[in-house]
Amino acid sequence: MNTFEFHTPTTLDEAYRLLEAHGDDANIIAGGTGLVLFMKQRMVQPGHLVSLRSIPGLDSIRVEDGTAHIGAMCTMHQVETSPQLREVLPLLGETYRHVASVKIRNMATIGGGLSHGDPNQDPPPSLIALGASVVLSSGSGQRTVPLDEFFTDYFETDIHDGEIVTELEVPLPSPSSGGAFIKFLPRTADDYATVSAAAVVALEDGGRNCRDVRVALGSVATTPIRARKVEGAVRGRELTSSLIREASDLVQDEVDPLDDFRGSSGYKRQMAQVFARRALEAAVANISAVPA
Amino acid sequence: MDKTIHLKVNGQDHDLTVPAQRLLVDCLRYDLGLTGTKESCSVGVCGACTVLVNGKIVASCISLAVAADGAEITTIEGLADDRRLHPLQQSFIDHGGFQCGICTPGQIMASKSLLDENPDPTEDEIKDWMMGNLCRCTGYYKILESIVNGIAEAKGSAQ
Repeated sequence: MNTFEFHTPTTLDEAYRLLEAHGDDANIIAGGTGLVLFMKQRMVQPGHLVSLRSIPGLDSIRVEDGTAHIGAMCTMHQVETSPQLREVLPLLGETYRHVASVKIRNMATIGGGLSHGDPNQDPPPSLIALGASVVLSSGSGQRTVPLDEFFTDYFETDIHDGEIVTELEVPLPSPSSGGAFIKFLPRTADDYATVSAAAVVALEDGGRNCRDVRVALGSVATTPIRARKVEGAVRGRELTSSLIREASDLVQDEVDPLDDFRGSSGYKRQMAQVFARRALEAAVANISAVPA
Repeated sequence: MDKTIHLKVNGQDHDLTVPAQRLLVDCLRYDLGLTGTKESCSVGVCGACTVLVNGKIVASCISLAVAADGAEITTIEGLADDRRLHPLQQSFIDHGGFQCGICTPGQIMASKSLLDENPDPTEDEIKDWMMGNLCRCTGYYKILESIVNGIAEAKGSAQ
């Protein structure tokens, strides 16, 4: 690994100043599970690391006004095991528990994971399906970016120079809704998915028709993707198993998988259809209050 | 660039000046001579380098020592109480939970942290928790047996 200067700012303002002073020669480091690996492989060789670890207040979890606000420096294990989040957003814990292993989830932060922009990660499909956004903070203010617009290319995100992911905002699902995350893991339990899929469905008040739906997949393109054609085919209609099957077929036009050791592009395309269907079926099965 | 850090390792305070790129596993092994912690895959997958940082297991092979500044660290050398082995250590011996031994410190540190977070785990919870600790010798049955019995023993001695 190259040598570098390790900075430990204690306020966000100090961090912004360091990022501005060192520009492209600086990298932000949170838990380090992504960045340190990249540095060990010499894929990045920053002269300055700006650690967010000593800035207080970035690891809080609060639920208010129908939204969960999760600090970017919360570890994945913290989110996975939070009783407060388990109560209102069970899909989060169900998703984060699939990431790598406990020792990695104790280090990796939710903000760091999203900033890394790896299309094979587990959380993005569920977070996109839940309609989550990230808060990006910089010396000139804050902006909020929905996660379905955040990932721009392979390991590329919409984070501008000088910006830091400070919070994840997840709207609480309405009553009569259900969600699911399914990870296809043919190799080992701690591997990245060959294909992953998440779905969140909400029924019309007192009805059986689908009022709202979001379906998202990971490991099927250079970014996590939202399957809008699948969503369009089921929205407003009754979620019968034949409709779900028909709609899931449409995902094959929306994915563009990379060939790798986890499967060929063609195989992943077929598995995307299978796992989009299973995620939708599981989301429907998880709806808490189905009217009689 | 060098940086001075403070670590409390197995109850002992250390002030160390290390290069910023020093990995925690190297700091423990070479700067402090605590060679019980092993490095194997070097990419945070195999679990051999598992230590407790502020009570939580981490992969020390992808942790920067400077990022652990101020932390309390427990390694395998810190588990025994005076000359008496921790029940998990004794159980790995009694139940043959290792062959070559390279993965064993990590297996024991990971199971120690499971015991701390969930003192009464089911077998499935043990398997789920230990998924990040690989062994290429034993086939895992003896490791599981060692953990099940070690945890039962630790509970018994705590009562």
